[in-house]
Amino acid sequence: MTQPLIEVRDLEVHFPVGRTMFNAGATVRAVHRVSFEMGRGEVVGLVGESGSGKTTLGRSLLRLIEPTGGSVRLNGKEVTGMSPADLRRARSDMQIIFQDPFASLNPRMSVGEILSEALHLHSIGSRADRRDRVAALLETVGLPPQAAERYPHEFSGGQRQRIGIARALSVEPAFIVADEPVSALDVSIQAQIVNLLAELREKMKLSILFIGHDLSVIEYLCDRVIVLYLGKVMESGTVAEIYQRPRHPYTRALLDAAPQVDANRRTDRIMLTGDLPSPVSPPSGCIFRTRCPFAQPECAATVPPLETKGADHRVACIRADEIDLVPG
Amino acid sequence: MVDLTTQTLEVETARSRRPYRQMAARFMRHRLAVVGAVVLILMALIVIAAPWFLPYRYDQQDFTILGVPTPPSAEHWLGTDELGRDALTRLVYGGRVSLGVGLLGAIISTLVGTAIGSVAGFYRGIWDMLLMRFTDVMLSIPTLPLVLLLSTLFRPSPGLLIVIVGGLIWMGTARLVRSQFLALREREYVEAARALGAAGPRLILRHILPNALGPITVAATLAVGTSIMLESGLSFLGFGILPPVPTWGNILNSASGWLSIAPWLAIPPGLCIFFTVLAVNFVGEGLRDAMEPRG
Repeated sequence: MTQPLIEVRDLEVHFPVGRTMFNAGATVRAVHRVSFEMGRGEVVGLVGESGSGKTTLGRSLLRLIEPTGGSVRLNGKEVTGMSPADLRRARSDMQIIFQDPFASLNPRMSVGEILSEALHLHSIGSRADRRDRVAALLETVGLPPQAAERYPHEFSGGQRQRIGIARALSVEPAFIVADEPVSALDVSIQAQIVNLLAELREKMKLSILFIGHDLSVIEYLCDRVIVLYLGKVMESGTVAEIYQRPRHPYTRALLDAAPQVDANRRTDRIMLTGDLPSPVSPPSGCIFRTRCPFAQPECAATVPPLETKGADHRVACIRADEIDLVPG
Repeated sequence: MVDLTTQTLEVETARSRRPYRQMAARFMRHRLAVVGAVVLILMALIVIAAPWFLPYRYDQQDFTILGVPTPPSAEHWLGTDELGRDALTRLVYGGRVSLGVGLLGAIISTLVGTAIGSVAGFYRGIWDMLLMRFTDVMLSIPTLPLVLLLSTLFRPSPGLLIVIVGGLIWMGTARLVRSQFLALREREYVEAARALGAAGPRLILRHILPNALGPITVAATLAVGTSIMLESGLSFLGFGILPPVPTWGNILNSASGWLSIAPWLAIPPGLCIFFTVLAVNFVGEGLRDAMEPRG
């Protein structure tokens, strides 16, 4: 591979909790030693249950949440540790699309103002240029140019999500974090937005980190998948690998949890029981062991390293070689 | 697909700008607020037009009736004070000062409170700590003893009085604005602006403040009432505007000495203060209901 667009090394986001004058408090490891790379034009899915740290990871890549350790490189440039001025400039290379299309648009700004915000911030273009740019952006996401005069409340959820996407595109980024961009939408609208993202990715060679929990959407849209559990990577690999030959019990459980229309549905599904353990005091050894049907005493003793198993397939499970998880 | 989108858009255009109309409708439903607004507007008009319809000047004395107040008569509808000045004239001119100081004091209070509250709520940390502890200190100072002390030292000009009034009542607004900012700074659209490269001042002024204007407007309205009360109190205690320039507070002050023999001097300014503050509060309540509908 040539130089990757994004290189993440041992990224950590730890939050202090309950710290008071009299109490040392504890630390929540929302993201713990996560490493991965993304090439230009590549779409990577990030999956995991609620509370697994997906959103925190996505935001810490953009330094919307400050990472407490590790490094993020964009185009070879270190994003972590960038000065505020450099970071502002770098922001035109990396953008974010939010989950909630109602909370992510300022209700007091017209769509035109929202979309030209970036042009103002980076002092690009004259007033007329900006109007043209806004119209072009709206066209890209399938909205009429008149939309620029209107306010967010006048649009439906799907239309608002298109505006959110246009805003992210307004700085012509190379990398976009899409934080569950379709989870808040009606199923019929979801397909439109997913198709729009697929189309944009082709047209603009965008790299997208697609955070989601709908595995069929991820399978359709992504090249590779990263499975996150309690802030740690459990497994990563190409979509084909992960979906056909999952090697981590957690991945298999996620795949099994996805609804399927299939009369001959297999019955040997792995069901997850219980809740996520408290991230303040995660289990020793393998953090998944408390909910893992294959757990053995040694799982509590050692932290399984993320090991490479075959081409571009990495698994953090000491029993990955002995248990057969291929869906039958 | 594009056609479909265009179509939906046109259908929805009919709803354009409706929030403001809904807001007005909700306000109109609040009967006391409407009455309050009408009262305030009438008072403002009367006070502004005073020089054109009042036959006397506020410091014009009738030397034939000097020494004791005279009761209401055909020439002097509300009587005269002990210096032979027309009470109605002084009441209306007093309203000018009282309403003016009330309004300007409220504006200053709102500006100060909004500035302090937004910096504290947006930057948090050390700024929040310093500014909010300062706010607590200001809140804990008992106004009247302080003012009595100050009044022995100097007499403020009207401009300075306005600043003092504003400077003594901004704390509630600061706390309110801070809490608004604490909530709004976490909104995704603020995060989106940050992701685009927007920094502090722009986030505060363009993305957060406009969304906090509802509660701020309500607080500003209520501050008008507080500030009228405070100005009256200060003038009553002799720290405010000095005679012969009348304000409701200093008319009340000089009338208080004659309360037992000439109650007609004290009652009108007292009622004016009472009804103005009441009207302002009703309008504030109405605005709150109109701007922050619950459920």
